[in-house]
Amino acid sequence: MNPENNTSNLIKEFVPSVEKPSTQWYAWVGVLTVFVLFGIFALIRQIQAGQIITGMRDNAVWGIYTANFVFFMGLSYAGALISCTLQLLRIQWGKPLLRIAELLTVSSLIVGAPFILFCLGRLDRIHYLFTLGRIQSPITWDVIAIVTDLVFCIAFLYFTHIRDFAKLRDYPNLNVAPWRKKMYRFLALDYKGTPLQKKYLHQAHDIMAAIIIPTAIIAYSLLSWLFGMSLRPGWHSTIFGPYFVITATYSGLALMIVIMWIYRKLRKLENYILNKHFNYLAFGLVIMTLFYGYFSFSEYITEWYNLTETNAKLLSKFFDFSQYAWLAFIHITLAIVIPVIVIGLPWFRSINSVTVVSALVVIGLWIKRYLIVVPTLETPFIPIQDVREDWVHYSPTWVELALTFAGIALMILIFVIASRIAPIIPVAEVEDKYDASKPILRFKTQGA
Amino acid sequence: MKNKNSRTDRRKFLTNSLKIGTVLAAGSGSVMAGKNSNHPNEEEKEKIKVLTTEGKVIEIDKPDDCKINPCEPPGPKEARQGIPGRKFVYVVDLSKCANARKCIEGCQKGHNLAPETEWLKVYLMKDNPEGSPYWFPRMCLHCDNPPCVKVCPVGATYKRQDNLVLIDNYRCIGCKFCIAACPYSVRVFNWEKPPETDVPKEKYSPETSVPTQIGTVSKCDFCADLARKGTLPYCVRSCPMGALYFGDANEDAVSNGTETLRFKQLIKDRSGYRYREELGTLPNTYYLPPVDRMFDYKDGLKNVPEEKRKIYDDIINSNDKTYIQ
Repeated sequence: MNPENNTSNLIKEFVPSVEKPSTQWYAWVGVLTVFVLFGIFALIRQIQAGQIITGMRDNAVWGIYTANFVFFMGLSYAGALISCTLQLLRIQWGKPLLRIAELLTVSSLIVGAPFILFCLGRLDRIHYLFTLGRIQSPITWDVIAIVTDLVFCIAFLYFTHIRDFAKLRDYPNLNVAPWRKKMYRFLALDYKGTPLQKKYLHQAHDIMAAIIIPTAIIAYSLLSWLFGMSLRPGWHSTIFGPYFVITATYSGLALMIVIMWIYRKLRKLENYILNKHFNYLAFGLVIMTLFYGYFSFSEYITEWYNLTETNAKLLSKFFDFSQYAWLAFIHITLAIVIPVIVIGLPWFRSINSVTVVSALVVIGLWIKRYLIVVPTLETPFIPIQDVREDWVHYSPTWVELALTFAGIALMILIFVIASRIAPIIPVAEVEDKYDASKPILRFKTQGA
Repeated sequence: MKNKNSRTDRRKFLTNSLKIGTVLAAGSGSVMAGKNSNHPNEEEKEKIKVLTTEGKVIEIDKPDDCKINPCEPPGPKEARQGIPGRKFVYVVDLSKCANARKCIEGCQKGHNLAPETEWLKVYLMKDNPEGSPYWFPRMCLHCDNPPCVKVCPVGATYKRQDNLVLIDNYRCIGCKFCIAACPYSVRVFNWEKPPETDVPKEKYSPETSVPTQIGTVSKCDFCADLARKGTLPYCVRSCPMGALYFGDANEDAVSNGTETLRFKQLIKDRSGYRYREELGTLPNTYYLPPVDRMFDYKDGLKNVPEEKRKIYDDIINSNDKTYIQ
């Protein structure tokens, strides 16, 4: 069944995916919950014992918490950019991907934002950020940006769900618990598909999409300025805003491909997530690779060419195999070289290879975030001559690793649960055709 | 306007000083070096005898000591206001530093720091391959354009009118952004519970930074509580070489406890500079270049435990070409 030809009873096909889950599903939820609970245990230990049990010290005051924060927020902004662009440009083929992109946005936002809080030494004073907030601080910018973004993205995710909730509410003999039926009835907001409701909902989609695109770009630029506003080598760079936005879009696109592949396999969605989706996104991915490579090159070449004292110290660490050369090498291989070879050249392209490359890109870009945060902190202007040598180099402890894995598990868990509540393919959207007679922008006709 | 204020404040201060019998040479304005901290009267009398500038002995009401020199440091709110009319500055004479590390000890003792926490650090520096290494004590530079204060999301660290940059440990949320922002690696984080003190929590003052709190940031505060009393910081008092000078730019005087010098003249005569002036942070700590040294830098190595001396190898043997290969 091709969604573009026969879509009248599409919901019938997706009802089993929201009805009673298999034991396998419960097993997944169980395993992921264990990871999340262990992360919570680690966090409680950290609050009890203080940050001495993390790997962070006076020089590397931030570690993988900050890297995770940047990484997950990047995924989130990318998801928002992708779904809103598809929506706003009326791209019909993109419709089956909308919900995956929106879930990616919200889940990574929910996972990413707390990571910056784990860096706080005094979680008990977190309300000071609001009661005593100073607008001069990039952290306050971030607080405002992230809260705004979270509200917008959750609203957008919900708006795009309303019509599907209505369909589930109206579906006869839906085999789910009564509370879920009640929930669908409540969340569908009495949507009956009248022309006026349709029009308003469509307008709401458009407005949210148009707001979220600039919000995402601004928010991620603000996040990059957490680093860019510091005087440190490797951070104090005018390119950081756009560089971060490009990196974010790149990582999100890569993860989109991985998630698409997984759902296609698990839910047998070959009729909806088509080969051409992989084709188009892989094309987008390799373009992002080139952009990313270009930005990385211009970032490093300007630091390297004149080689001021501190930049020299920092860059030498990326060439020293006892320091960060291995990580830098792996990062360039995974995030730039492999995608160009596998997707850019015609011989290795396939849906599976594109997916593997995408997974590698995601890993490569996480390493990049680590390489932004830690080496710079380990390269202050005044040479480190700390008395304690074990304080000089950063390496994450079990607490930080536990919370990192808990974050990944929570993100998967959100996907696992969300795709049980509503179909992972936005049924109503796919059934609908964009009205070609209505342009995106209405021009004032000028005489002729 | 500002000048006028500071002048009247100084006049008030001078009159006060007279009342408690401290004889000051007219116009010298030198109140540093602990001169006015020695109150001559310990009696419980209502009246005290003092000597006027004309040489007469008169009897006046015994002043309230705590009004002239506060007996207790101000609380977090008042400590956000600087001491009016003051502009504290610090001068380090690099030619005199021999890494005796007494300043660090004095500072740790005075601020009740854990043995491994150093607000004040002494680095071994070498400016170019031909240069000779020298010891470089680094306290907080109390910048006029402080990168740390700019980035604080809750205003826990702030700049005062008397040049000091202080931290309110009971407002700090421990985000560590200020540590990342400081180009001089001045700030330290209280990773563990700080050592016990007999100072109750209610008596906390950002000027003393005691008792500190776990999960917050702390740093050198130029001993603001001692400055308020008119005495020198712990580090200056403990330096056996007299390499450290503390003073007030408005009074144009800095002192290392034994000699008091004209601040502006000193910086002019000795080519005083500020560390990494190019960063635009406008520090208030000045360094006098390590010329005509009193000690070889190797003398200082003796004060570092043998097994830790290898951390200086990079500096001593550096030829600045290692990274261009």
